[in-house]
Formats: sequence, structure tokens, C-alpha cells
Amino acid sequence: MWTFIHKMGSPPWFFRFSGTVVKWLLPLTLVLLAVGAAWGLLVAPPDFRQGNSYRIIYIHVPAAVVALAGYYVMAFAGAVSLIWRIKMADVTMRAAAPVGAVLTAVALVTGAIWGKPTWGTWWVWDARITSMLILLFLYLGVVALFEAYENKTAAARACAVLSLVGTVNIPIIYKSVDWWYSLHQPASIKFTGESAIDSSMLYPLLLMIAAFYCLFAVTVLLNMRAELVWSHRESGWLQQLVRKA
Amino acid sequence: MATAAGAKGLMYFDSLTALWHMDGHGFYVWLAYALTFLPVAVMVWLPVRRQREHWRWIAAEQRRADSVQPGVTDK
Repeated sequence: MWTFIHKMGSPPWFFRFSGTVVKWLLPLTLVLLAVGAAWGLLVAPPDFRQGNSYRIIYIHVPAAVVALAGYYVMAFAGAVSLIWRIKMADVTMRAAAPVGAVLTAVALVTGAIWGKPTWGTWWVWDARITSMLILLFLYLGVVALFEAYENKTAAARACAVLSLVGTVNIPIIYKSVDWWYSLHQPASIKFTGESAIDSSMLYPLLLMIAAFYCLFAVTVLLNMRAELVWSHRESGWLQQLVRKA
Repeated sequence: MATAAGAKGLMYFDSLTALWHMDGHGFYVWLAYALTFLPVAVMVWLPVRRQREHWRWIAAEQRRADSVQPGVTDK
């Protein structure tokens, strides 16, 4: 286990390892997304109260769930880069930020589209939606902050601090639907006890959540690999790889 | 895509037209899916393209170095 973690810090080893992972994970992700979307759109029955508009759940909830989980990944990588000054942790943090931003934006946009036929409005300033908007700004903030610094070591440190401070927002998003009861419904899937959703609707949803987790992982890996190829263009191991190809 | 009749056993909707309209919710559902998968496709494609460009640039640099001092940087 420790040797594995140690190896992950080595760019040549990581580049080779992530190449193998991406080769399998990318097709798997695409298949899971296609099957999950087809299941949710074509096969699952409509909701008895919301009709067919509820089918947006199969992209809205997975995007939101992974956007939140992805923030922990980014903040954890930021903490590792801040404490141990591991370069790969910094690369991970910066690779996760744009992916998290896209998923948060997707959750907000699909939520707005779902809100129109269901609540009668595209947008309300309720606690869940507002805290998700803050999450989007935090992700975009990490991306923008890194670009704002000339000195990239200082930039990485500033981004890590911002992402760590931002973690305070995550439990607020999770609990917002319970603390401030408003238009947004509370969670239907529970880790303990019965879920308030029928299995014919639950299975495709779980499949889509798994698909979005894979999507997050594979996109972060792709971002990291692109970054490594550029930042190590002078390194012997990469020069050799390019020469062989 | 299978024909409407062939897919009917598995599909909830009676026809492809019904699938498209979704009892008036079709616009919202399909718009939401389009606005999800479009950015997702771009998000996956961009780093792939970026890496390929970097890779080509490095290969071009190597060729340039080789042509200036043949045999020295080779191997």
C-alpha cells in the first residue's frame, strides 16, 4: 500500500499506470453513461406526480453527487500538496478543479430546467441552490487563482488554501435541504433504512451515479496526463516515450 | 436505434413520437440531457487534444535537434 502511494508520486510511473487505467476506464465510462441514460430515458416508468420531467434526475443527481465528492478529492490533494509539498498532489488538485466546475454547472443547469415544469420557475434563491452556486465559484476560483499568479509554486499554495477553506461549504450543501426546508426536496436515497424511491427508478440512478464517478476519475486522469506531458517535456523519461512512439 | 415496435417490450413509451414528446415534458428532458452530454464530451475531448498537441510538439523538437546534430541526440 505504501509503496503504491509512493509510486503515485513518481511522474513516469504515474504516467504509465494512468495510461493503462484510462485505456479501460474510458470505454467503461462511455458504456455506463449510455446504458444508464437509455435506461432512465426509455425504460424507467414515469413519476406518478411529476410525470416524465423527473427523468432529469438521472443526470442531475449524479452530477451533483460527484461535484460534491470531487471537491473532497480536490481539497484532499490540496492538503497533501500543502503539507508534504508533493508535486503530483498539486497536479491532481488542479486537474480536479475544472471537472468539478463542469459537473456543478451541469447540476445547476439541469436543476433549473427541471425546476421550470415542476416548481414553475427556473431559479429560486433557496439554500441548496445558492450553496451549489457558491461551490461553482469555489471551483472556478481555484482555476482562476492559479492563472493569476506568475509564480506557480505560490499559485499552487494559494489554490490549496482556497480549496481547503471551501470545504466548509460541502456539509452545508448536504444538510441545506434539512436545515432550510424549501422547494428543493430532501435526499431520496439513504444509506441507512429504506430509500424513498422505487427500485425500477433507483437502479438506473445508481448506475448513473457510478458512471459519473468513472467520468470524474477518467477526466481528472486525462487532465493530469496532459499536464505531465507538458511540464516534463524536458525530462528524459518522456523524451524516450515520445521517441519510441 | 430499434424500431418502435421492436423496442416496445423494453421501452416504456408506445412510440418514438411519444418518447420525443414525453407528455409535454420532452423539451425540458431532452434539453437537460443535451446540456449535460455536450459539456461532458468537450470536457473529455479537450485534455486528449491538449496531450496530443504537446506530444507532437515534443516529437517535432526532437526531429529538429536530430537534424542539427545527427547521431548526437539519437538513442
